[in-house]
Amino acid sequence: MTDTTTPITFTPERLAKAQEIIARYPAGKQKSALLPLLHLAQEQYGWVSSDVMDYVAGLLSILPIEVYEVASFYTMFHLDPVGKHVIEYCRTGPCCLMGGEDVYGHLKQKLGIDTGETTPDGKFTLKEVECLAACGWGPVFQIREKYYMNLTNGKVDEIIEELSKD
Amino acid sequence: MAVKILTEHINVPGINTFDVYRKMGGYAAVEKALKKMTPEEIVEEVKKSGVRGRGGAGFPMGMKWSFLAKPEGVPRYLVCNADESEPGTFKDHFLMREIPHLLIEGMIVSSFALGANKSFIYVRGELMYVIQILEKAIAEAKAAGFLGKNILGSSYDLELVVQPGGGAYICGEETALLESLEGKRGNPRNKPPFPAVKGLYQSPTVVNNVESIANTPWIVNNGGDAYASLGVGRSTGTKLISASGHINKPGVYEIPLGITVEDFIYADEWCGGIRPGHHLKAVIAGGSSVPILPANLILNLANGDKRLMTYESLSDGGFATGTMLGSGGFIAMDETSCVVRNTWTFARFYHHESCGQCSPCREGTGWMDKVLERIEHGKGNMHDIDLLVDVAKKIEGNTICPLGDAAAWPVASAIRHFRDEFEWHVKHPQEATQPGAVYRGAMELV
Repeated sequence: MTDTTTPITFTPERLAKAQEIIARYPAGKQKSALLPLLHLAQEQYGWVSSDVMDYVAGLLSILPIEVYEVASFYTMFHLDPVGKHVIEYCRTGPCCLMGGEDVYGHLKQKLGIDTGETTPDGKFTLKEVECLAACGWGPVFQIREKYYMNLTNGKVDEIIEELSKD
Repeated sequence: MAVKILTEHINVPGINTFDVYRKMGGYAAVEKALKKMTPEEIVEEVKKSGVRGRGGAGFPMGMKWSFLAKPEGVPRYLVCNADESEPGTFKDHFLMREIPHLLIEGMIVSSFALGANKSFIYVRGELMYVIQILEKAIAEAKAAGFLGKNILGSSYDLELVVQPGGGAYICGEETALLESLEGKRGNPRNKPPFPAVKGLYQSPTVVNNVESIANTPWIVNNGGDAYASLGVGRSTGTKLISASGHINKPGVYEIPLGITVEDFIYADEWCGGIRPGHHLKAVIAGGSSVPILPANLILNLANGDKRLMTYESLSDGGFATGTMLGSGGFIAMDETSCVVRNTWTFARFYHHESCGQCSPCREGTGWMDKVLERIEHGKGNMHDIDLLVDVAKKIEGNTICPLGDAAAWPVASAIRHFRDEFEWHVKHPQEATQPGAVYRGAMELV
């Protein structure tokens, strides 16, 4: 959850990174930095609240609505609080052919939650996504930047147990 | 052994690093291009090669390049489309992960040919780890003098920027990609003007797929004629095929265009056949958008000749008996696969991914998703099957971008070739909704 008592601001490292990203584009085209900055913000806060979006709008000298309309278009941005580990599993054809639906059923059962839900301890959120471009290695899910491929029920158990430790 | 243009060195340990890539002959094309060739000569070689856009549309790359407007004093841009999101397709993911410098080298020679000094690689945001791999490769190339100011002592400057997407299939459409790169929602633009005239920041822009660009170093090194001598007819060169589904060896294969589909599925060099104890029922040959074909029609043309892995042979017979090479996303389905369910997951995908700009697509994809869902769950009626055909027809050709067509074709083709299976779901709802139930009617398996 976002701590609403402290004002939203990037860490010094992320702020430097944000400035470096903004400088990549031609003068006056800083809005191009919007998606990279939203990723950076989500990396820091876990999700993208309206306060975070307002902050990003300020960094880019654009209107907050320009950030809202973009953040709500792209499915990678979480507009509501999420658990520590967001498991995004691919529900598209090829993963289903490889037994994805059974594996995801097992995953839901193991965590005791359905897609779109977060475990009561706040550790895991399940999110159903479309094709992750890893069809030959399906079934697949992604947690942050890491891909977990060729999933089986056994592998799911191992991954969840490992992540439950921290 | 067939000639490998893209993957010859892919298994060399450390090929993802600059030093090893360079030792294997990498970046020779940059040296040749900058020291011995003019931009026009490179464009000419690419034209001669006959290489066609590898993202799915198959438009001749050299011709696309030659459309680029060159007004005085206006910057030109090259944008690499690495938004690979077509279900069944994972070749660009593989190529960038395994041999990132090949794309970087291609970006340099292509940018030089087009007169671009700032070029972008737009990578789907989910592949953040691949973005990190590319950024490392760019830093290495820059340190070695292949990027930045006065590359190799020439007067040519180039900066490469890797841009993450945010999770939207539509951004694979080139004008949606440009909107996204400008920090907007990925709504495709009306055309004309085409990107070649008004693209990124309203400047002349070329958008090319990863695999297309990765072909250019070989073309510069060996010449367009050498490239054109590979393959069959207008299907020149090699093609990366992403193979998934019920085959023994899923993965990415670089095939010479022109091998038979049968060889591709059954030869040990490629997919190694259908998994033990099972038989081929159907194939989606070029990514989820292209028409599905039953086993007999994917292996053979309507006249009985063997079908080849080429643009022309795969589309032989039009949509009545053919399909398309598309992005090369090759999904094989055995007899345990339910065509209705698979069609529904694709329809759900297009419904989810429609940007919502055009009514036929926004509404139509939703209708197809819902109607297929109810047929799959034993709640459909016979009229629903014709309703699907009708909705698909009304989307096709009536939208700003090809997502509408891409959503319509899988549904229309599944009903064209597997109507019995849809009818079985309607007539036998109880049987059809048993876990793992699949229609085993008069269908021909191979």
